[in-house]
Amino acid sequence: MPVKILTEHINVPGIDTFEVYRKMGGYTAVEKALKKMTPEEIVEEVKKSGVRGRGGAGFPMGMKWSFLAKPEGVPRYLVCNADESEPGTFKDHYLMKNNPHLLIEGMIVSSFALGANKSFIYVRGELMYVIHILEKAIEEAKAAGFLGKNILGTGYDLELVVQPGGGAYICGEETALLESLEGKRGNPRNKPPFPAVKGLYQCPTVVNNVESIANTPWIVNNGGEAYAALGVGRSTGTKLISVSGHVNKPGVYEIPLGITVEDFIYADEWCGGIRPGHHLKAVVAGGSSVPILPANLILTLANGDKRLMTYESLSDGGFATGTMLGSGGFIVMDETTCIVRNTLTFARFYHHESCGQCSPCREGTGWMDKVLDRIEHGKGNMRDIDLLVDVAKKIEGNTICPLGDAAAWPIAAAIRHFRHEFEWHVTHPLEATKPGAAYRGEMELV
Amino acid sequence: MTETTHTVAFTTERLAKAKEIIARYPEGKQKSALLPLLHLAQEQYGWVSPEVMDYVAGLLNILPIEVYEVASFYTMFHLDPVGKHVIEYCRTGPCCLMGGEDVYGYLKTKLGINTGETTPDGKFTIKEVECLAACGWGPVFQVREKYYMNLTNDKIDEIIDELSKD
Repeated sequence: MPVKILTEHINVPGIDTFEVYRKMGGYTAVEKALKKMTPEEIVEEVKKSGVRGRGGAGFPMGMKWSFLAKPEGVPRYLVCNADESEPGTFKDHYLMKNNPHLLIEGMIVSSFALGANKSFIYVRGELMYVIHILEKAIEEAKAAGFLGKNILGTGYDLELVVQPGGGAYICGEETALLESLEGKRGNPRNKPPFPAVKGLYQCPTVVNNVESIANTPWIVNNGGEAYAALGVGRSTGTKLISVSGHVNKPGVYEIPLGITVEDFIYADEWCGGIRPGHHLKAVVAGGSSVPILPANLILTLANGDKRLMTYESLSDGGFATGTMLGSGGFIVMDETTCIVRNTLTFARFYHHESCGQCSPCREGTGWMDKVLDRIEHGKGNMRDIDLLVDVAKKIEGNTICPLGDAAAWPIAAAIRHFRHEFEWHVTHPLEATKPGAAYRGEMELV
Repeated sequence: MTETTHTVAFTTERLAKAKEIIARYPEGKQKSALLPLLHLAQEQYGWVSPEVMDYVAGLLNILPIEVYEVASFYTMFHLDPVGKHVIEYCRTGPCCLMGGEDVYGYLKTKLGINTGETTPDGKFTIKEVECLAACGWGPVFQVREKYYMNLTNDKIDEIIDELSKD
């Protein structure tokens, strides 16, 4: 059995209670960190582990921690990004609702390492029931002496605050999240200064994803080198992959980084294959914003090797033939899927979620939504397809935050790999607009 | 739950909760309590009226415009009266792949209303929302804090029956 860092005990009855979590070895990392390690030593172990930000960007977590400014007399903050909103992604939701104490333990260890005495968990507002679960866990941890003043008699104080969002995807962008946490609209900030220097309340701040923070207790207990020994190359450790779409077993899986995409989709241990009687057509591997790939490209690299579930292998070939691991939101589509319609739902999503601050994104996402809607409903022409590519190009790289890129990439990729389906909508509007219609011409299925 | 009152005020318990929330943030940063307080207000009134926003502004000692601009940015806050049960269904890709559009169509037909509308008896409002982070359990909708997942027409019958009793 592969090592499970995050989900080993997730199915133990009562694991959401302090008592059971503790019985299964929980909070030993807090004891070790606070009593036997210095903050610098913890940062060093996290650096050695090579763990990369699990929210989507994949930036090395230890390095992000080491950028934190430490001016005298100024508070520092740790903010956990639990605003999980990227379509296809529901791993943090799963982890927090089932094993809240793992996140709390990670927050304590990480806050201690960063020298924070007040830390926040910003949870998307729709998950109010999860917020109640986390608040209950915090109360339990406090009652047991693991939170609050003078934790375990070490002199270290920490208060955890769970903050609800209000239903805005953009607040998953770290500076928008900080604005939101300050009680403002979620408009991303211009950078620099980066949050490590001027973050929450203009104080040095680290923002980390739920899954990233949940890895830290294991790293403290077992050492960074043990973590780095898992995985392949610069993709160390395990990754939670949330699977949706046309597989036999959708859900959340903790995989060792480095298994093949083929195994992940077809092995009984993971997704268990495509639903009976159907075939794999395409995959969006890392949340809606990463490029969609047709079956042959997601399974195989240009050189014929099997593609692996790692940051490097998934992005092999650049955007021409590759994609990204992103958030691990793995959306699987069989031959009944209309790529145009699916892409339209993504375009509509980004149009709805653009904060409106930068004009290329505000206007561009609206136009992409409109033009795609026209094509999907049989009212488009061939020039519209090129127009979409053109608008996508003009958004990409021209906005303050990555939402612009996130909106442009899925549309550009859908046209790159499935242009024939867009053309079919233009040339066969009557067929294409029938309910449930999907392109059934020539395509490569697996 | 969609009452409008001229004298807006939190219930005693909610006022205590609001004070506890405001105290969570560092000195002078009480504006951070804005989103939590708007949630609390919506829980009490069902929606967030201008009077409610003014009341929240007063509690936080900030300008009303600072509340309006925030409440109108975040889609969870209802700025118009809604029915007793607000059904918010996910319209994004993964839920659609699992047959979401058909299931939501059934819901609309069953209640006899379209997205954005409220049933004449004031019991149900349907809204469409973007991804609810439950993609592997789609199609999904949410009624207040509760998630209803792996929806089918039969399940919708049961859920609506159950909520109708309330």
